[in-house]
Amino acid sequence: MNSRLMNELKEGKFVFTGELEPRKITDLAEIVEEAKSLKGYVTACNVTDNPGSNACFSSLVCSYIVQRDAGVETIYQLTCRDRNRLALFSDLLGACALGIKNVLALTGDHPSLGDFPEAKPVFDLDSAQLVYMIRRMIDKGEDLKGNKIKGEVKLHVGVAVNPNADPLEPELLKFERKIKVGAEFAQTQVVFDIATIEKFFETLDSLSIPEIPILIGIFPLKSYGVAQFFDKHVPGVKVPEELMERMKKASEISDKKKRREKYDEINLEYFSELIKEIKKTKARGCHVMAVHYVSMIKALIEETRG
Amino acid sequence: MIVTERKEIEEIFNSIKGYKKILVLGCNGCTAVQNVGGEKQAEELALLIKLKLGVVADFSSLLRQCERELVAEELSNKINEYDCILSLACGAGVQTVAELFDLPVLPASNTMFIGSHSRELSILQEKCIACGDCILALTAGICPKARCAKGLLNGPCGGQYQGKCEVGGYTKPCAWVQIWERLKKQGRLEIFKEFRPLADYRKSSSPREMRWEYI
Repeated sequence: MNSRLMNELKEGKFVFTGELEPRKITDLAEIVEEAKSLKGYVTACNVTDNPGSNACFSSLVCSYIVQRDAGVETIYQLTCRDRNRLALFSDLLGACALGIKNVLALTGDHPSLGDFPEAKPVFDLDSAQLVYMIRRMIDKGEDLKGNKIKGEVKLHVGVAVNPNADPLEPELLKFERKIKVGAEFAQTQVVFDIATIEKFFETLDSLSIPEIPILIGIFPLKSYGVAQFFDKHVPGVKVPEELMERMKKASEISDKKKRREKYDEINLEYFSELIKEIKKTKARGCHVMAVHYVSMIKALIEETRG
Repeated sequence: MIVTERKEIEEIFNSIKGYKKILVLGCNGCTAVQNVGGEKQAEELALLIKLKLGVVADFSSLLRQCERELVAEELSNKINEYDCILSLACGAGVQTVAELFDLPVLPASNTMFIGSHSRELSILQEKCIACGDCILALTAGICPKARCAKGLLNGPCGGQYQGKCEVGGYTKPCAWVQIWERLKKQGRLEIFKEFRPLADYRKSSSPREMRWEYI
């Protein structure tokens, strides 16, 4: 396999992936620097595709440039929100030529949540159908109509799953459909507590969902504001009270440097403990989504290595 | 039924500006059931136009404005004295009338969707997008194309919480959670687990026409 991510998962390594979020920019220097600083810590980095339905820099171009200039393997996020089956197919062929190895097939948020709420939502395919299409390209070397593709399609396809979903069962049955059509790995929505993760794996088992490597999404909290955002604005995501309390206390420290240090201390303690607990479950890795909090990602990976 | 909503009065006044003899035409089909565009509403609108704009505004109504022969029969002798028709029907009705006569036919309503109504809940809900490929047998009688914000065939997406959809701020139900609940209740969860292949959008590509073979 030419994908480092898939090789490490196959070897049974506990894998860390990071996340890069190109916004409204034309120059990727900062993103490339961020990726460089994660090199040696994460196995691969996701590159978001118009996150939150906000129009941003192309995830495909960013995925390519990060691999080329930072030497970090990328997981190219591709959503069905903005492209019909023709556009998805042609971007995927482009991804092959650019040496992209991993694709995360996503439905995508609804445009009404982003900065162009008036936009026409596409959703010609959904994430399960996108996985189906990609696997046809990989396995049969064909498009959806059976037309042959000249050259190899060396992609690996991952999907998302949400352990916070309530009810959880329909979410997991949908996950099962994605696995059945060929998803090779999964990354989850942000989770803050081990109980949710344990319940998630238990429910997967009780529903007899076939196993694929799952990376649990975690999000170290750079500030109390970030913690509040998750707690209040991301339904289903609950930051544990104790952690919220500690973050709040830290936010009251007036000295900026000391406040920063306190935040770091809390995060390192809380999330290294969480990662250690995650390692005891069936999870095969962690997807660390703390964009612009590289120092913490590195510290956590150092702390929980081995 | 076809659900309509009357346009803002300013927009209507603006569209009939310059016309002196107006026929306000109600439709006693779907739009009358909703108390939006039937004979009574045509009468009220005609009166309002007369009072506010000081022009001639009569009213009339048809059983259905979407039936070509019926419209021709009922209206042919009536319209000569008018310089425009203001129709309270849905888009299909407006166009049927417009096809038949040379004078301008202007819409007084916006056509919203194909839906159902509940007097008790005071609500009209979209139920069908007329996709030309009904999958209700597989989705417990709940159409995800009409009732899921993303129209997904393999839902739910990650945007539901406690059975509510993130679009609209978690106020409306997630169709896919409803489908799951109903299929589970009916002991038909196996259907839910199936992967649904890609839709063929040719079946809903405009302009659609079909032979009418039931005459």
